[in-house]
This record gives sequence, structure tokens and C-alpha cells, in this order.
Amino acid sequence: MVLDMAVSGFEDRVALTTPTHEVDYPRLAALAAEAAVRFREAKATAAVYVGTNHLAYPVCLFGAAAAGIPLVPLNYRLGAQQLSPLVSAHPGAFVVHEAELDVPEGDAGYVERSAFIDGLGDPAFGGFDAPEDADGIAVLLYTSGTSAAPKAAILRHRHLLAYLFGTVEFGGAGEDEAALVTVPPYHVAGLANLLSNIYAGRRIVYLDAFTPEAWLDAVRRERATQAMVVPTMLARIVEHLGDATDAGTPTLRSLSYGGSRMPLPVLERALELFPEAGFVNAYGLTETSSTIALLGPDDHRSAFASDDPAVRARLSSAGRPLPGVEIEIREEDGTVLPPGSPGLVFLRGEQVSGEYEGASLLDPEGWFPTRDRGWLDADGYLFIEGRADDTIIRGGENIAPAEIEDVLLSHPEVSDAVVVGLPDEEWGQRLVAVVVRAPDGAVDAEELTRWIRERLRSSKTPEEIRFRSELPRTDTGKLLRRRVLEDLTP
Amino acid sequence: MEIRAGAKLRSAVCSTEIVVVRPPNASVQLSCGGAPMLAAGDGGPGGAPAPGKDGGTLLGKRYTDEQTGLEVLCSKAGPGSLECDDRPLEIKGAKPLPASD
Repeated sequence: MVLDMAVSGFEDRVALTTPTHEVDYPRLAALAAEAAVRFREAKATAAVYVGTNHLAYPVCLFGAAAAGIPLVPLNYRLGAQQLSPLVSAHPGAFVVHEAELDVPEGDAGYVERSAFIDGLGDPAFGGFDAPEDADGIAVLLYTSGTSAAPKAAILRHRHLLAYLFGTVEFGGAGEDEAALVTVPPYHVAGLANLLSNIYAGRRIVYLDAFTPEAWLDAVRRERATQAMVVPTMLARIVEHLGDATDAGTPTLRSLSYGGSRMPLPVLERALELFPEAGFVNAYGLTETSSTIALLGPDDHRSAFASDDPAVRARLSSAGRPLPGVEIEIREEDGTVLPPGSPGLVFLRGEQVSGEYEGASLLDPEGWFPTRDRGWLDADGYLFIEGRADDTIIRGGENIAPAEIEDVLLSHPEVSDAVVVGLPDEEWGQRLVAVVVRAPDGAVDAEELTRWIRERLRSSKTPEEIRFRSELPRTDTGKLLRRRVLEDLTP
Repeated sequence: MEIRAGAKLRSAVCSTEIVVVRPPNASVQLSCGGAPMLAAGDGGPGGAPAPGKDGGTLLGKRYTDEQTGLEVLCSKAGPGSLECDDRPLEIKGAKPLPASD
């Protein structure tokens, strides 16, 4: 439906520009309809897409929707060994994959993505019209699984449509607008991004592989007006620009980020380098059809310019909930907490799925437990402290690692940092920081201990600080705390 | 006819098609071009909008009925105009939201 609307609404606009293809909306819709026929003929029960961003991704997404089967985008960085159980979890899978990847075969089909696209485009193709069931499953999306094994979240058409209707004005983009997309297809932001831009009528530009140089080149060459990045990408862009006074991307009007915590020094530097861009911090989860709260451009600029600590602090907040989304902060026992008190974040709204294969996590009133910890300020701005499972309990005190990590990251000679709790006989858990020094950094544990003690209570000063050359992160920048703990535990 | 969220309806007399975004809080008669709307897929339109019911619908616009909270999205435009129990539906104003993705 979304694509059909785009076809009639913006018939002559370019939908997608990639290093290998450029298509308008009618062409994209024709390819998707033909893909739907392929899926049907193969009696596929799921379309599995394994690869980077490419024309084949939206073709598979809309083709699967028309064929009435879910799309399952998988992480292309996984090896055959990890992909194999994921593919076999979907009997009747039609697998479309990137050429260089080692991907297990599906039962219903197995085709390299460029060959798949080249095989479509039959001039005699008469079209394909299938009714969409709003309650049907649109996408099965594996969560990033930073604290446990990845689970497939179920996103139904009604969840994704509720997200679109709640956040995007149909045809709201001007004809000159283009969005540079570098979030991967297996991430909910990559999915939401694609749908939002198509619904808004905004040209999508895919980049082959992310490097700061390629990203900046693409913004300039394609005259991109919007871009979405994950924090690690912005950190690399800022680092690449070095002492520059301006990023030199005058067309860029909106720069949004999300997916994991943004280090404050990176954000502050970026606000200087992209003075014309509106910054948007989007907070959301796979299970909530992407963004549920956002910190908008005006919030960013007024916080950046403010001397009021409470307003300034909003730079590190997730902003306010979208219309149609409610937030509650609750105690472990379910008591709803007032503003200012940290607790567990609960969400409710039509875009919130909270459903996995076999089980829904929604309570009877429709609230979804995110397992994130956070708090609301007096004006309703949401501050996320991190995953509840990451909270360290030291001597009975609940400590959010993020607060200590932010202080470590504000040290000029620190490029990355994580704080975890290791078992301790006396305190229950003791704090251990693992730090990556900046390229020319020589800072030692003693100085960092002093740095933290000057800024935080002594109970939040790590007992131990270790140094590593890098930290384990997912492609979207999420820290794999599990792996850090494994590395520290002999 | 039950008007539930996500339901797709089409005009009996023009090309207009809509999706229910928010159902009404009471049983209502939804019409387009002066004729009751039908479930999508029930054959094609015939006839023409009645005089005075031909203001037309716009693709991608949302229409609301204040009295019952009904909200629909126009997924295909047409010459007929939308009414709920003979009250014309109002175009919902665009709310400015920054693009988050």
C-alpha cells in the first residue's frame, strides 16, 4: 500500500540511488510485484535477505509484503555457521544474498541479489495485486542480542503503518530532498528509514560501504539533505574532519542518529562542524517499530547554547515521546515513579509490537517492558541510562555504567570505555573499567581514577582500570558487554 | 459494516480508497460521493459522486470526524468527498515533526 501510494503520488521522482542502480517509484513497484510472483511460485513462506543496502532490499521487502510472507533481513556480518540456524529456523525460506557472502541455501529459493534483480523486469509482466492483511507479519527482525541470544521480533503491517502514520507526512519531502542511508537493512532503523523516506517521497541514497570519506563525498555529490548515522559513524566522521571548522556539507539539513549511546564530546564537536544541520536523536527498539522518542533540532541547539545545567543536560536525553506513544517509569515491583526517579522504562502505543515468535511481552494494559533503565525530567524528556541487565549493584547501590563511561569518554586521551561489574565477595560486585586510549594517548589508571573521583562519588570510582586496543561492538555501535565480561573472567 | 483500525474501504462511486487509522467510538455510516463505502476488493466503482458530494479526496491526506474520533487515510484519490453520518470529514492538519530517519 505504501509503495502504491508513492507510485501515484510521486510518479516522476527518483526513489532510490545506489552505486549500481537508479529507479523511480513505478519501476520499484514493478520489480517488487514481480518479486512477489517469484516468491509465490516458489511457495516461499519467508523472504530472507542477507546483504548490505542494495536495490534488492526494498524489492524483497515490498515483494514479500505483496506475496503475504514476512521479510527476514539477516546480519550479513555473520558467518555461515551463525547464519545456518537462522535460515533453517524459517522453513520455506527464499534466500536473496550478496555475492561475496557465504550464506546457507533456503528451501524455496537461493539467488544472488544482482541476478535476482536482473531476472525481473519481464516486459510482458501483467502486474500483481494481492490484498494486504494489516495483521499479517511484515518483518521478522532479529534483535541485536547484546545481553542474550538474538530473538526474532514480530513486526506486523499495522505496527509499521502506525509508525508511519504517526511520524511521517505523506509526500512531505520537497523534490530536492535526498536521504543518505548508512544503517544496515537488518537493523530496525534501516527498515524504518526506508519506509519513511518512500512515504515522504524523499530520494534514498545508498552507500556501498561506510567510511568517513565516502560518506562526506556522497553527501556532497548527491546533495543529500538528510542523513542518519549510528554514533560510531559520527565519531569517525568527526575524527576524520580533525581541526576543520566546517564539514563542508551545505545541503545537509538534518542529521539524525540513534542505535546506541552518543558520546557527548562527539555530539558537541558535530554540532560545531555541521552548523546548518538540524540534529535529531531517535530512541527506539526493534520491538517498537523503531523510534518512539526524539530530541529535535531546536532541543539540540537550545541545549547546546544554554548555561542552565538542566537544559544543557538534555543534549544527552532521548527527547520526548512521539504522538501516540506513552512512557512510564516503573519500580521493579511495578510502582509507577514520578519525574526525576530512575527506573524501568515501559512503553505503549500502536507501533509497539513487543511480540516474539511464540510470546508477547505486552502486559494486559498493552505496556511493553523495554528492560532499559531511565527517567523522565519535569518537562517529559526521557533519559536512558542503559540496559537494566547492565546495572551494577555495588554494596547495595544501583550504579548505571553509562554515567561512569561518559566521564571516562570526556577525558581527551580516552577514545572508548566500558564499565562492568565483576563478582566481589565484599561488595557483591566491583566496578571494572576497560579503556581504549586515544591514538596518541598515554593516560594511566591512576590519572583516570583521579579524573573520575573529581567528577563522581567515590562509590562510582572503578576499583580497577584495564586497557585494551579496542572494545567489542556490533556494526551499529552497540557495546557487547557479554564479550567484555568473558574477556575479563579467566 | 465494522470499521476497525487497518480496514480498507473503497468508494462505490469513484476511485477513492481509504484505510482506517483510528476507528470511531460509535457505529457510523461512512460514505463517499454520497454512497455508502464498501470493503476494498468488492468489485469496481460505478456511477458518479452525487452533486454536492464531489469535493474530492487527496492522496495521503488524513481525514477526521471530531465527534467520533474516526480518522482515515486516503490511499487513493478520487472525486467523491468523505462523510460520516452525513457530516463531512475534515482534513487533518499536518503536524511538523523532524525526520528521525
